[in-house]
Amino acid sequence: MAFLDLVGLGKTYHELIAVADCSLSVAKGEFICLLGPSGCGKTTTLQMIAGFVPPTTGRILLDGADITDLRASKRGLGIVFQSYALFPHMTVAANVAFGLDMRRVAAKERADRVAEALDLVHLGPLADRYPRQLSGGQRQRVALARALVIRPPVLLLDEPMGALDAQLREEMQIELRALQRKVGITTIMVTHDQAEAMTLADRVVLMNKGAIEQIAAPFEMYEYPNGRFASTFLGKANVFAGTASGETIMVGGLRLPWVASAIQGEVDYIVRPEKLGFARDGGILRGRIGARVFLGHHWLYQIDTPLGVLQLTEANIGACGAAEGDDVGLTWSSAHVRVIHRGAAP
Amino acid sequence: MNRTPYWLAGPGILAALVFVALPLVLTMALSFSPFSNASGVGSGFTVTNYVQIATDGYYLAIFRRTFELALLVTGICVAIGVPEAYVLSRLSPGMRAVSLVIVLGPLLISVIVRTLGWTILLGNEGIINRVLLASGLTTEPVKLMYTFTGMTLALVHVLVPFMVLSVWASLQKLDPATEQAAESLGASTATVMTRIVLPQVLPGVLSGGLIVFALAASAFATPAIIGGRRLKVVPTTIYDEFLGNLNWPLGAALSLVLLVIVLAISLGANRYVERRFRQVFQ
Repeated sequence: MAFLDLVGLGKTYHELIAVADCSLSVAKGEFICLLGPSGCGKTTTLQMIAGFVPPTTGRILLDGADITDLRASKRGLGIVFQSYALFPHMTVAANVAFGLDMRRVAAKERADRVAEALDLVHLGPLADRYPRQLSGGQRQRVALARALVIRPPVLLLDEPMGALDAQLREEMQIELRALQRKVGITTIMVTHDQAEAMTLADRVVLMNKGAIEQIAAPFEMYEYPNGRFASTFLGKANVFAGTASGETIMVGGLRLPWVASAIQGEVDYIVRPEKLGFARDGGILRGRIGARVFLGHHWLYQIDTPLGVLQLTEANIGACGAAEGDDVGLTWSSAHVRVIHRGAAP
Repeated sequence: MNRTPYWLAGPGILAALVFVALPLVLTMALSFSPFSNASGVGSGFTVTNYVQIATDGYYLAIFRRTFELALLVTGICVAIGVPEAYVLSRLSPGMRAVSLVIVLGPLLISVIVRTLGWTILLGNEGIINRVLLASGLTTEPVKLMYTFTGMTLALVHVLVPFMVLSVWASLQKLDPATEQAAESLGASTATVMTRIVLPQVLPGVLSGGLIVFALAASAFATPAIIGGRRLKVVPTTIYDEFLGNLNWPLGAALSLVLLVIVLAISLGANRYVERRFRQVFQ
């Protein structure tokens, strides 16, 4: 049962298509991430839902009601902006109270709800501070409290972690996820960070060039990407262009293993770096280690092979398997291979 | 310690001493000199000039008129300049460049030419009155030349650009997302303006207001030509004392009183607004 429905939503600026035919059904309480590179139309989509950008085509339905032509101020959605957009001339408490002021909530109830919202984001003691006296993470919490205090049906987040440093970002992600579960609010977040999308989202909406590439849960999208873009944007992937005929796949003159299916013709042959392993002798493919990089929890190898440069990652559990310049054999299981008809995905 | 900055500041400090501080001190000394019509400026020390300014209704009326004019002009400049700056900041870059030239137009024209232009517009036979008469809105010419209204109009015209530029500078620092945030929280356009935009550009309004006020209170050419002999303001009175009556001490005293009042009002307003809206200024 869809709570928020985007039906064929599109936005065209003059001749430029920013978003084309975007359709999405969001269930109540779901956490959706709009993921994609910059310029893919994810922010424009969010702005259309928020009511700041009028769509050229399509409708937006919230809880069954058409809100496409409703002004932003009448939609009652909670929005956290990339810059947080706190009101610099108001205290934290006044910032949070603003939405309640606009709803003419009585003073007593207003004070209670502001305190409640600030407690929710652990900012109770800072109620009388001004935004400029807060750290980046604290500002973000204020922005969250300000958006949540009006009890919006949907929470919209525009790259909320963009301005935070890496460590704080991870903390805030976990906190945001917990908060979203606790409040149970339907959430749509825009991000260009695939790790962030995987951490937070129930479902990821992958966008590219104004169109939706794939909608799936993070694990599903990672394991079953529907195309070259999905496989390389979400995580790393080795992608070969090959030809499937009958039960064999030929890539650059080599026969590669796969679980034969009905797919025939021009295909992308995709295998993730962590699914590759070194083979003592032989292996499916032979190559030479061009570079080896230590990344803490794993090693990343760049291997020169007849099919091009492959990436292989190996978990850091003791000694690493090969050194730069070594000749190695590579092997992988056909179960971990995804074969996708080229040009099948949008 | 690095002394170079002090040496570099030397010429500027010297110029300020010679061309600002010294004349001020001399004017102050002059204002305490006695004067008689028969013998001119005498030597000695007297406060007669100040007593005369403080007690003579003629001068009091001139001072009151001057500051009423300056306050009114400042108020109108705020009312016109703030929306104008906001609109300007929301224009496309091309339109903004054109609009900015139009806004700054009055400053590009010599004060005499501009003021004489106003006399062509404002006179009984002027364009404004001809249009009013022809349209039948009035049956006889509206008196605009040699009136307070005329002076106000002409001063607002030339001083509005200072307000626009000052507020515009403040608007540059405003995060447009704060307006969207307020809107998403349910604020109407009017509420966004009064509760979000205006408080954030207050520093610009204040500095613009101080500039406009000081310039309006010390304006000479516009009141002299549009106000004429009848509607004297302090600067035209000073001119008359120095060059008409040759009563330099009284002219000097008037200058100093004007300076002190403008300074007092400016600093007072500055302090009040900065305290009242402390958070916006940090």
